[in-house]
Amino acid sequence: MLLIHCPYCEEERPELEFRGAGEAHIARPANMAEISDADFEKFFFIRDNEKGVVYERWRHIHGCGRFFNAARHSVSDKFIMTYKAGEKKPKITKTQIDAVKPPAKGTPANEPVWTVGGKGEAK
Amino acid sequence: MRRFSAFAIAREALRHHKGWEKQWVSPEPKASYDVIIVGAGGHGLATAYYLAKEHGITNVAVLEKGWLGGGNTGRNTTIIRSNYLYDESAGIYNHAVKLWEGLSQDLNYNVMFSQRGVMMLAHNVHDVQVFKRHIHANRLNGVDNSWLTPEEAKEFCPPLNISKSARYPVMGAALQRKGGTARHDAVAWGYARKAHAMGVHIIQNCEVIGINRGADGAVTGVETTRGTIGAKKVGVVAAGHTSVLMQMAGIRMPLESFPLQALVSEPVKPCFPCVVMSNTVHAYISQSDKGELVIGAGTDQYTSYSQTGGLHIINHTLDAICEMFPMFTRMKMLRSWGGIVDVTPDRSPILAKTPVRGLYVNCGWGTGGFKATPGSGHVFAHTIANDAPHRINEGFTLERFRTGRLIDEAAAAAVAH
Repeated sequence: MLLIHCPYCEEERPELEFRGAGEAHIARPANMAEISDADFEKFFFIRDNEKGVVYERWRHIHGCGRFFNAARHSVSDKFIMTYKAGEKKPKITKTQIDAVKPPAKGTPANEPVWTVGGKGEAK
Repeated sequence: MRRFSAFAIAREALRHHKGWEKQWVSPEPKASYDVIIVGAGGHGLATAYYLAKEHGITNVAVLEKGWLGGGNTGRNTTIIRSNYLYDESAGIYNHAVKLWEGLSQDLNYNVMFSQRGVMMLAHNVHDVQVFKRHIHANRLNGVDNSWLTPEEAKEFCPPLNISKSARYPVMGAALQRKGGTARHDAVAWGYARKAHAMGVHIIQNCEVIGINRGADGAVTGVETTRGTIGAKKVGVVAAGHTSVLMQMAGIRMPLESFPLQALVSEPVKPCFPCVVMSNTVHAYISQSDKGELVIGAGTDQYTSYSQTGGLHIINHTLDAICEMFPMFTRMKMLRSWGGIVDVTPDRSPILAKTPVRGLYVNCGWGTGGFKATPGSGHVFAHTIANDAPHRINEGFTLERFRTGRLIDEAAAAAVAH
C-alpha cells in the first residue's frame, strides 16, 4: 500500500483513504463539440503510460475530499512530490529522479526491482 | 525433434532418461529476419508458431528481454472461458477455446487443458439480469453458457456457501461448461518447442531498445541490447510494456499499465472441482492439478511497472473467498506475486496493423489474456503474414478509439477488471 502525502491536509496517509484518478494535466477542451475525432481520441483515450516519472491525479476521498496531483516513479512506485490541483506541472530534476528510481542493474523478469528499505541498493 | 509419446517414455525409462533432447536452443541472433516478434510470452510464441505452421514463414525471431514465459504468461491464474457479450469478443475468445481443445495434440505437448467449467456467481438482481443477458447473447453466438439456480450451483461446486445469511447471498450462477484451466508454463514451452522445431529463433535476454525505420517510414528492424537486427515486419506482443515499445516508433497508445496480483495456497488434496468467479464480491478461485488454490486478485488503482501491488488488494479478495467458501478460512497462503497488465479504455484487445508500415501490435488484453493465447496468436499471425486482419480480429483495431466503434466489454461488465 502506498503512503500518500495530501498537500491540503499536509500529512502522509495510507492509500486506502485515496482514490486514484488517472493521468494529470490533461485539459478538457473548452470547445468539445467542435474538436476533431483525432483530438477527442487524444484527450479521452490516449495516455502517456510512462515507464518512469508519471504525473497523476489523486482524490483524498476519505479525508478532505479534494483532488490533487502527484509525480511518482512508475517502476519503484515512490512519490517524488504531491502538489495542489491547478499548480503547474513541476519540472522534475535528475537528482529527484535518482532519489526514487530503482537500481540500474538489469533485473530478471520475476525479481522485484526495488528493495523494501527504500535505500535503492540492489539485493 | 523427437515426438513425445508413451513409447518415448518407455524407451527413455530403459535408457536412464539420457535421450531427452533440449526443447529449444538459444541461438545467436542473425543479422535479419522476415518477421520479428517482440515478447516471448504465450501470445508471442503462438504468433511465431502459427506464422511457421499456417503461413510457411519460418525466418522468424522471437525476442525476449527476460526469459520465455516469464511475464504475464507465468503469472496469470490460467482460466479459460469465452462467455463475453459482444459478437467480436465471442468470435475471438471462442476461436481460442476451439484451438485449446486440440492444442495438446497439435503441439504434441500436454498443456493440461481441463474443461472443468467456469461458474460466475450472481449476488444481486443486476448480476442476475446481466448474466442472463450474457447467456442469451452467448447462445446466439454459439458459445456455451447456461443458468444455474443456487442449489444447482451448489451441486456443481459443493464447497460453495449458498446460505441466505451470507453477506451477499448467491442468487444464481452462469456456468460455461467448456471453460476451465490449462497449465500456463506448458503453453509457453509447447509453443516454443514446436516453433523452434520449425526453424523459429527464440532469443532470450535480448531487450528491444529501439524500432528502426527507413526513409519511407516503414520498419527496417529493431535495436536490441544484443545489437541491431533487421526485419521486414515487426510484431509487438509485449503486454504491460506495449506503450513503451510503441513510443519507440512514435505511436502513443490508448493503454494504461496496472499491477494485477495473484496468489496460491499450500497444496491440498482435490477439493475444488471447477473455477468460480464472482465479480461483485471479487472472488476468483480454482485449484491447480498440483493441489494449490489459485486465486486472482484485482488491479491496483495506479499505473505501475513494478510487478508488485498492495496487500490490501489481496486481502479484499481473500475476505470474499472466506465468505463464499468457509472451508478455506484456515487455509495457508503460500506465495503471491504481481504482473503488469495493459488495459484499454473498452477492455477489449488491440490486434492490428499500425500507422507505421510493417509494424503490428497485439496488446490490451488487460486482466484476461491467457484464455485467448491460441486464438490471439492464430489471427495475429494471419494479420502479419497477409498485412491484413483475419475476419475474427477485424474489429480489434487501433483506430476504433478514433472512430468510436468500441467493443465495450468494460460496460458489459462480464469480467472482473
